[in-house]
Amino acid sequence: MTIKRRKLLICRSTGCNSLDAAAVHDELVKQLKERKLVDVEIKKTGCRGFCEAGPSILVQPDDVLYVHIKPKDVTEIVEKHLMNNEVVPHLVYMDPQTEGFVPKMDEIQFFHKQKKITLEHCGLIDPENIDEYIDLGGYEQFEKCVKESKNYEVIYDIKSSRLRGRGGAGFPTGLKWELCAKEVGDVKYVVCNGDEGDPGAFMDRTLLESDPHSVIEGMCIGAYAIGATQGFIYLRAEYKLAIRRFDIAIKQARMKGFLGKNIFGTGFNFDIQLKKGAGAFVCGEETALMASIEGKRGNPRPRPPFPAQSGLWGKPTNINNVKTWATIPHIFSMGAKEYSNIGTDDASGTVILALTGKINNSGLVEIPMGTTIRDVVFDIGGGIPNGKKFKAIQIGGPSGGCIPANYLDTLMDYKTLTELGAIMGSGGVIVLDEDTCMVDLAHYFITFTQRESCGKCAPCRVGTLKMLDILTKFKKGKAVMEDIDRLKHLAEIVKKTSLCGLGQTAPNPVLTTIRYFRHEYEAHVNGKCSALVCKDLIQYEVIPTKCIGCGLCAKNCPVNAITGEPKQAHLINPQECIRCGLCIVQCPSQAIRKINATQQGGM
Amino acid sequence: MGYKTLITIADITNTEEKMAIEQILKNYHNENGNIISILQDIQDHYNFLPSYVLNLISRELKIPLSKIYSVATFYTQFSFNEKGKHIITVCDGTACHVKGGPLLRDYISTQLGIHPGETTEDKLFSLEEVSCLGCCAIAPVMIIDDKIHGSLTVRKVNKILNTVKKSEAAEEGSQ
Repeated sequence: MTIKRRKLLICRSTGCNSLDAAAVHDELVKQLKERKLVDVEIKKTGCRGFCEAGPSILVQPDDVLYVHIKPKDVTEIVEKHLMNNEVVPHLVYMDPQTEGFVPKMDEIQFFHKQKKITLEHCGLIDPENIDEYIDLGGYEQFEKCVKESKNYEVIYDIKSSRLRGRGGAGFPTGLKWELCAKEVGDVKYVVCNGDEGDPGAFMDRTLLESDPHSVIEGMCIGAYAIGATQGFIYLRAEYKLAIRRFDIAIKQARMKGFLGKNIFGTGFNFDIQLKKGAGAFVCGEETALMASIEGKRGNPRPRPPFPAQSGLWGKPTNINNVKTWATIPHIFSMGAKEYSNIGTDDASGTVILALTGKINNSGLVEIPMGTTIRDVVFDIGGGIPNGKKFKAIQIGGPSGGCIPANYLDTLMDYKTLTELGAIMGSGGVIVLDEDTCMVDLAHYFITFTQRESCGKCAPCRVGTLKMLDILTKFKKGKAVMEDIDRLKHLAEIVKKTSLCGLGQTAPNPVLTTIRYFRHEYEAHVNGKCSALVCKDLIQYEVIPTKCIGCGLCAKNCPVNAITGEPKQAHLINPQECIRCGLCIVQCPSQAIRKINATQQGGM
Repeated sequence: MGYKTLITIADITNTEEKMAIEQILKNYHNENGNIISILQDIQDHYNFLPSYVLNLISRELKIPLSKIYSVATFYTQFSFNEKGKHIITVCDGTACHVKGGPLLRDYISTQLGIHPGETTEDKLFSLEEVSCLGCCAIAPVMIIDDKIHGSLTVRKVNKILNTVKKSEAAEEGSQ
């Protein structure tokens, strides 16, 4: 029996790790050793983006992806696939529509319509081993730039790639570099903004965990173009694995001579220092971020002066997001012209979206600019689970907005999303179904921005609090019709008058929900929450014909609001009930449901 | 408290604690941008920021105490209250929010009898809420003792809590 040479790529990123990829990994190592399968190599990689299917193993060169792997599945993969060259059908991805098994990774619908440029290496290389990055041509582009190009030629290339900043605002990257390069200064800095604070966004974390060297190489090229000698990366303290892997990557790059003094013998000096954030959303704003790197409170300041003129410690500074930096080496390796041919007139290249919420295939996807929302949600995302109806997407986090179902065929780029009242932002897409209350969602985001407002300027400090007050009135059913326009007016003022990006964009979730879902606000005035989310407007009831009288609900009710004799239909006392929803989860016969409080009980 | 809080290194008898503080004093100087890192190191050791340590660091490194507090009070990572042995962080990111995160938070809250930001009386558990852990694809999510648990349901949470409680009971029994 001959065993084919194979590589098993196991994802060891945060998502799969939390689903116990470590146990699967250990089991694999153990079994290969026991069976002396020396020709099979196990490789620890970063994220392939298909977090929904984790833990996952990619078998190369067969390109077969095994999903939802548990330690007990390992034996079958080893015995059938590795020893007998047979794919194990029930462990590969099953297409929910055709119910057929899809063994090849490329043929899975989730991957099929994607175009991976920035995420190209993610999930294929070991992020803790610089040699694997170098084998794929890593640091070659940096070397070429430093040895063969003048700094203005590098900037010209980035300009002609039409790359726009992937952090959210979409400022042209080449122009930003040029402004900083033109400034005169003895010291200049480049900064990588890795303070990914938007709830619902995890692409920066994934990139740093899965392909940290592309970020470092991007920063090196940027530093050369601008004339910077020192770089900083500002990372969220919550991202422990990303911090660890980036730290390893910096050390390896120093050892190989890509960071440090006299790089490639050209006299160019550059190094990177890692700074951990300490839990303040506002620090994603560039002036606040710089204050935080300087060790101060993360308060933003008015611009101008822009960081290019006066940044860190008053020196010219260029700040780009993780995704922007990671894209730079890829632009040089594929050619700026070719990169600019992808996408729309408004924006070139690809965009990375974090697809989550009420969606079948959640995970990280990279698509050409100008892909429709429909393609993202229904093709790549595989539609809405449990036969529910699609309601809207929320894009751009707390600074973004909601886009309803009738705009499904909108081509996504910076311009069209802004016209619809949302923003591309960091690219977090949360899919919402009929069970999502839009008033509750607006309330959720304003609670967030209100808490994260640094308090420096009054419109944001006071305005978000007052918006929250009004939204709470809606949730409690105590608002009047005039409150809708009052809220809208206030939101517009906060948007126009706040000091920094946080306050200027905080009203977006409110404004878009009023624009597209005004009827839900009106329903709340009339005491109805059609999604049955707002606790003060709903109650729980037992459907007597379905109740089997097992008493599980009564046993688990934290406030003893449920009564009933064994084997008899139980009853929920709405005055006592705190609407925690535990009884619904416990009920084995789906006999408990939510109804509008004004509605009468019964069938 | 007054001057009683002015503890010097010589007053610290716990060797482990002494070493940790000496390490911090060795690693950092009163340089631009170091305060956050210093506070993070202190919090890593104690789980919170004890006032006597801030006081000591301020005097040793000649950083005004007002400056230290201005930074420490700004960032949510820092806590002035002692935390429990097991820290439970429930995520309230958007994906977790629409997939039932608040229900799990309320469940843990009633099970432990504490609200987010509080610690149980026996100092075993602290409950915290965070805006997003960046694990949205496996929402809803929580962290116990630095381990991330995803795709949670009430049943799963119950199982996890019971495992921790059981190991605590076993530890107590063996002592």
